[in-house]
Amino acid sequence: MSEEVEIRDAEARAAAARAADYEHGWSADIEQEFAPKGLSEDTVRFISAKKEEPEWMLEWRLKAYRHWLTMETPDWAKLDIPPIDYQDAYYYAAPKQKDALKSLDEVDPEILRVYEKLGIPIEEQKVLAGVEGARKVAVDAVFDSVSVATTFRRELEEAGVIFRSISEAIREYPELVKKWLGRVVPMHDNYFAALNCAVFSDGTFVYVPEGVRCPMELSTYFRINAENTGQFERTLIVADKGAYVSYLEGCTAPMRDENQLHAAVVELVALDDAEIKYSTVQNWYPGDAEGRGGIYNFVTKRALCQGRNSKVSWTQVETGSAITWKYPSCVLNGENSVGEFYSVAVTNNYQQADTGTKMIHNGKGSRSTIVSKGISAGHSNNTYRGLVRVAPQAEGVRNFTQCDSLLLGDRCGAHTVPYIEVRNPSATIEHEATTSKISDDQLFYAMQRGLDQESAVALIVNGFAKEVLQQLPMEFAVEAQKLLGISLEGSVG
Amino acid sequence: MSLLRIENLTNTVADKPILKGLSLTLNAGEIHAIMGPNGAGKSTLAYTLGGRPGYEVTGGSVEFDGQDLFDMEPHERAAAGLFLGFQYPVEIPGVSNLQFLRESLNSQRKARGLDPLSGGEFIKLAKEKAGLLGLDMEMLKRPVNVGFSGGEKKRNEMVQMGILDPKLAILDETDSGLDIDALRVVGEGINAIMRKPDKAVLLITHYQRLLDYVKPDFVHVLAGGRIVKSGGADLALELEREGYAEVLA
Ligand SMILES: Nc1ncnc2c1ncn2[C@@H]1O[C@H](COP(=O)(O)OP(=O)(O)O)[C@@H](O)[C@H]1O
Ligand SMILES: [Mg+2]
Repeated sequence: MSEEVEIRDAEARAAAARAADYEHGWSADIEQEFAPKGLSEDTVRFISAKKEEPEWMLEWRLKAYRHWLTMETPDWAKLDIPPIDYQDAYYYAAPKQKDALKSLDEVDPEILRVYEKLGIPIEEQKVLAGVEGARKVAVDAVFDSVSVATTFRRELEEAGVIFRSISEAIREYPELVKKWLGRVVPMHDNYFAALNCAVFSDGTFVYVPEGVRCPMELSTYFRINAENTGQFERTLIVADKGAYVSYLEGCTAPMRDENQLHAAVVELVALDDAEIKYSTVQNWYPGDAEGRGGIYNFVTKRALCQGRNSKVSWTQVETGSAITWKYPSCVLNGENSVGEFYSVAVTNNYQQADTGTKMIHNGKGSRSTIVSKGISAGHSNNTYRGLVRVAPQAEGVRNFTQCDSLLLGDRCGAHTVPYIEVRNPSATIEHEATTSKISDDQLFYAMQRGLDQESAVALIVNGFAKEVLQQLPMEFAVEAQKLLGISLEGSVG
Repeated sequence: MSLLRIENLTNTVADKPILKGLSLTLNAGEIHAIMGPNGAGKSTLAYTLGGRPGYEVTGGSVEFDGQDLFDMEPHERAAAGLFLGFQYPVEIPGVSNLQFLRESLNSQRKARGLDPLSGGEFIKLAKEKAGLLGLDMEMLKRPVNVGFSGGEKKRNEMVQMGILDPKLAILDETDSGLDIDALRVVGEGINAIMRKPDKAVLLITHYQRLLDYVKPDFVHVLAGGRIVKSGGADLALELEREGYAEVLA
C-alpha cells in the first residue's frame, strides 16, 4: 500500500512538473517542407509522392478527395463552428530528414529539444526500459506528421508485433494495410473522414498476430507544430485471433492564435477472442480565456469487434481543443463481443465538446458499457451524444449507460442526448444520468483542511471522474489527474 | 499568551445580522465550551472564524496566534493551525479519506515551509490517529464521509484533527450523533490530541456528557449573537439542570 502510494507520488510530481509547464506557447525553429498551400488534386499527389506511396494508395486518396468535394460540412452537432477555409492551410509539413534514422541519436536535436520542453518522455522511456521490472512503453513519436523516431522495435518484432508509421506500413505490408484500411471507417463515412483519406500525412499501424499478447504498452505522442498545418493522422490497429494490445495516445499543442484543424481517423479491428484497449489523453491547445485560437478536433474513431468474444475498450480524457467532435464507437458484429466507452470531457472558458459513442449491436449476446463524465466550466458547452442500436437478429444484448455531468458556475452548459434504437425485444438497456454542481459545502470543507481553491476543485473533480480515470494505464492516470485540475484553473471564484 | 482574541465581532449571513458584538479570548492550554440555544449563532461563529464564503464580517477583529485572522484565506487559516470540526461533515465522492488528508496535510506543510510527508510516513501517521479514535483503516480508504454513519463521520473529523495537528480546534457539536461508547472514545481522543500547553479548544455543545470527558476550563453561553454569561465548568452543570431560560433570566 504505502509503496504504491510512494511510486504514485514520484510519478505525480514528474507529471505535475510536465503539466504545469503548459506554456507551450512557442514554436520550435525547424525547417518545414510544406506542401503547396491549399487543397487540390495536386496537393494529394504531392503528399502521396512525398510518402513514396504505391499507385493504389494514390488512387485511393484521389477517390476520397473527389468524393469529399461532393460533401457538405456537417452541422448537426451542438457546436458553433466558424467556417474553415480549406484553401488557406498547408496539408503537409515534414521535418527535414536525410535518410532513415537508426537511433534517437540521429534525430534532429532541435526536435529532441522540443520534446524535452514538452516533457514528452522519449528519454524517460529509454530510462524506463533500462530499469529492471519497469513497464516498457514503446514510443512511436510523431512529429508534425512524420515519424521521426521509433523505439523498442526489435522487441516487438521478436513477438511478431508490427508497429510502424502508417507510411512505412503501406510500403512494407501493403497487403495487410489494403485489407483493413477504410474497412472500419469507409472513405465516404463523413466529411472529415473523407478529407483525412485524401490528405492523411502519417499515423500509426499496429498488427498483433494470432495468439500474441503485445509485450508492452504502445504509445504515440502527437503534436502540432507548424502554423496553419492541419493534422490528418491515420491509425489502424488490427488484433488477430486471441491477440491483446493496449495502445495509448496523448497529445499537446503549442499556443496559436489561428485555429487549427485536426481530423484524425482511428480504425480498430478485433478478431475472435482478441482485445484492444485504446486510451487517449487529449490536451490540444483549447484557445485562450476569451475563446481565441485553439484546435478544432474532428476525429473519427471506430472499432470493429468482428470476432466472437472480441473486446474493445475506449478510454478518453478530453481536456483540450477549442472544439471537439468525436464519438469513439464499436460495431459489435461478433457473438458475445464487448464494447466499452469510458470518457471524461472537460470544457472551460469558451470550449465546446460534443462527444460520446455509438454501440452498434449486431452480434448475439454482445454487451456494452458506457460511462461518460462531463465537466463544464466558464462559458463552455459540453454535450454527451450517444447511440445504442440493437439489430433485429441480435438476441440477448445488454447495455449499461451512465452519464454524469458536473457544472462549475452557471454560465456553462451540459447536455445529454442519448439515442436508443432497439429492434430486438430481448435486449436489456439501462440508462442513468445525473447532473450536479460542485457544492460550496465541498469547497469550503476542503479549503478548511488546507487546500487552496484550485486544489480543492481539482480534488473534487477527480473524485467525480474516478470511475473513468481508473481505467487508464497508471502512467496516464496520474498525468490525467493533473490535467483535469490544470484545465479548470480559474473556473471558480 | 492569547491564542485567539475575538473582539466585538459582528457579522451578517444573507444580509441578516447574526453575531452582534461577540468577544471571547482563548489562551494556549485552555479548553472553552460554548453552549446556547438553537439558532443562537454557534455554528455561525465557527464558520466565520473558518472564513466560509457568505459569512460576511461587518465589524470587530479577531487575532489568531498573533495574526489578523481576517487577512487570511480559509486554507491559510488552516495552515496557520485553525481546525474546524464540522457539525455536518461533507461528503466528497470518489476521493478517499487518505488521499484527501494527505493532500491537505502536505499543502499545510508546504505553506509552513516543510517538506511533504512521503506515502509511508503518512500511512504510519494515519494508522496511529485512526487507532486513537477506534476507526478502522479500511474506513480511511473509502471516499470522504460517503456512506458513513453520523457517528463515523464525527469520529472521522477527529481522525482528521489528529492528523492535521492544529493549534486551535473549534468543534461544532462533535458529540451529536455519538453513542455512549463513541462519546468516550471521542472525548479521550480530544484530550489526547489537544490537551497540550500550546493548544486550545473551543467546544460547541448542548450537553454536559461530552464535558464529563473533556473538562472545560471555561464555559460560555452564547445567545442572540453575544456571549451573555461566562463561568467555570460548573456553569454547564447549572445550565443542564435549569435550562437556558432560567440561567439567563
Ligand atoms: N446560510 C444561512 N442563510 C440564512 N440564515 C442563516 C444561514 N445560516 C444560519 N442562518 C441563521 O443564523 C442563525 C444562527 O444559526 P446557527 O449559527 O446555525 O445557530 P446554532 O449553531 O447556534 O444553532 C439562525 O437564525 C439561522 O437561521
Ligand atoms: Mg449549529
